[in-house]
Amino acid sequence: MAYSDKVLDHYENPRNVGSLDKNDPNVGTGMVGAPACGDVMKLMIKVNDSGIIEDAKFKTYGCGSAIASSSLVTEWLKGRTIDQAYAIKNSEIAEELALPPVKIHCSVLAEDAIKAAVADIKAKQLAAKVAA
Amino acid sequence: MEDRNPIYLDYSATTPVDPRVADVMIPYLSEHYGNPASRSHPYGWTAEKAVENAREEVAKLVGADPREIVWTSGATESNNLAIKGAANFYANTKGKHILTIATEHKAVIDAVRELERQGFTATYLEPEPNGLVDLDKFKAAIQPDTVLASVMMVNNEIGVIQDITAIGNICRAAGVIFHVDAAQATGKVVIDLEQLPVDLMSFSAHKTYGPKGIGALYVRRKPRIRIEAQMHGGGHERGMRSGTLATHQCVGMGEAFRLARLEMATENERIRMLRDRLLTGLQGIEETYVNGDLEHRIPHNLNISFNYVEGESLIMAVKGIAVSSGSACTSASLEPSYVLRALGRSDELAHSSIRFSIGRFTTKEDVDYTIDLMKSKIEKLRELSPLWEMFKDGVDISKVQWAAH
Repeated sequence: MAYSDKVLDHYENPRNVGSLDKNDPNVGTGMVGAPACGDVMKLMIKVNDSGIIEDAKFKTYGCGSAIASSSLVTEWLKGRTIDQAYAIKNSEIAEELALPPVKIHCSVLAEDAIKAAVADIKAKQLAAKVAA
Repeated sequence: MEDRNPIYLDYSATTPVDPRVADVMIPYLSEHYGNPASRSHPYGWTAEKAVENAREEVAKLVGADPREIVWTSGATESNNLAIKGAANFYANTKGKHILTIATEHKAVIDAVRELERQGFTATYLEPEPNGLVDLDKFKAAIQPDTVLASVMMVNNEIGVIQDITAIGNICRAAGVIFHVDAAQATGKVVIDLEQLPVDLMSFSAHKTYGPKGIGALYVRRKPRIRIEAQMHGGGHERGMRSGTLATHQCVGMGEAFRLARLEMATENERIRMLRDRLLTGLQGIEETYVNGDLEHRIPHNLNISFNYVEGESLIMAVKGIAVSSGSACTSASLEPSYVLRALGRSDELAHSSIRFSIGRFTTKEDVDYTIDLMKSKIEKLRELSPLWEMFKDGVDISKVQWAAH
């Protein structure tokens, strides 16, 4: 299996590995995939009061391309609004990492993880509003 | 690390030719180049003498008579010749059912599958979770029309040693021809065909520090076992396998087997020490599982699964060592090893397995490097793994509802 230099770089030096406090009202968590399918991605984002993503962390069980896809999106997410984050397309990830066709599903999973994390933070914000 | 060759720990795949073996082969390429079948001049006589000396060395290692050794191109050919040759010869008198084990080498499984296409029936018996054959289940799987059983002596993936004496006795009592694939056994376990109730046995040179492209099949003389030739031609090897013998290859296999006979006792002791060192080191890593029985096993093999680490990323991580993985990494997907699946291992554990195989030229430093490499890489991958985090938090991952994708 030949990996692109960018995939190898993210695999060897993954960015933003870790977790954020999942109970923090400003933290959204997205966990997608399944162990039986060979990939599980967990993406956490921390959003400030102006709706900008301040921090992003990930953990991924999966192949080099899955690790690279999630590492890359944590870099992209910081500084974006959650709406900009929601607009990220898997094709942009696949293109940036030069993923071969058999690895496109890794970029799809990363997009799904972003969408799940954004949905989580929106649900938290809504719940907070209702409570207030 | 990128600048040097990875450390070779894949001796079960193939071994280097021992330099002492290569030395004795070379004169038979351009100096003593005669055809061993040429009876009319000294070129032929010299080659024939070399081939017969080598045949005697092969026979000596396994307690056979040289007249019971048939040269082949390797264990795959030996397995095909034994299984197809005996099944076809005895089909009319004994029947058309073949009994083998689900964890056999593909050269056995696929030869039996081919016979199924020709009208034979077959049973692929599942071994126990430790990789060993249950003798009662084996006995129960024999049918009135079973013509042949084939069981490997040492498994290539997990290194477990089957009880060939007990299995052979069951076959003898039932009148079933018994073939044993011993490609992974020579030089590692004592083989004495004078005592073993085995009719046919396959050997390979390149798993025992000989050259690739040469092997042998043992065909018992007392009681005499007959096989139908699969290769027709000049009637070499008493008609069982035609084709001009590759003198230098035969000489190489003979020398490799001679060295194995003289050195295996001390060599195995050293290898066991290295294996124990490797095992102790790797067991320092949490959540590791040895695949296959540890006691009934050659010391050369260690097959371990590292839980919560994904297979393909594990293969990427161990570039510093040349090992074999429980996953066949094709371009499209990971295929878990059929051997580990037959032991009842989950896909995830089968994927995250590594076969380390140690040999003649492995050093203590190689083993220590491997332990350090595995420790650091597994730790790094687990730091990345959300499953590891959940496991550490006490979550039972098998009970989590995963979103399908």
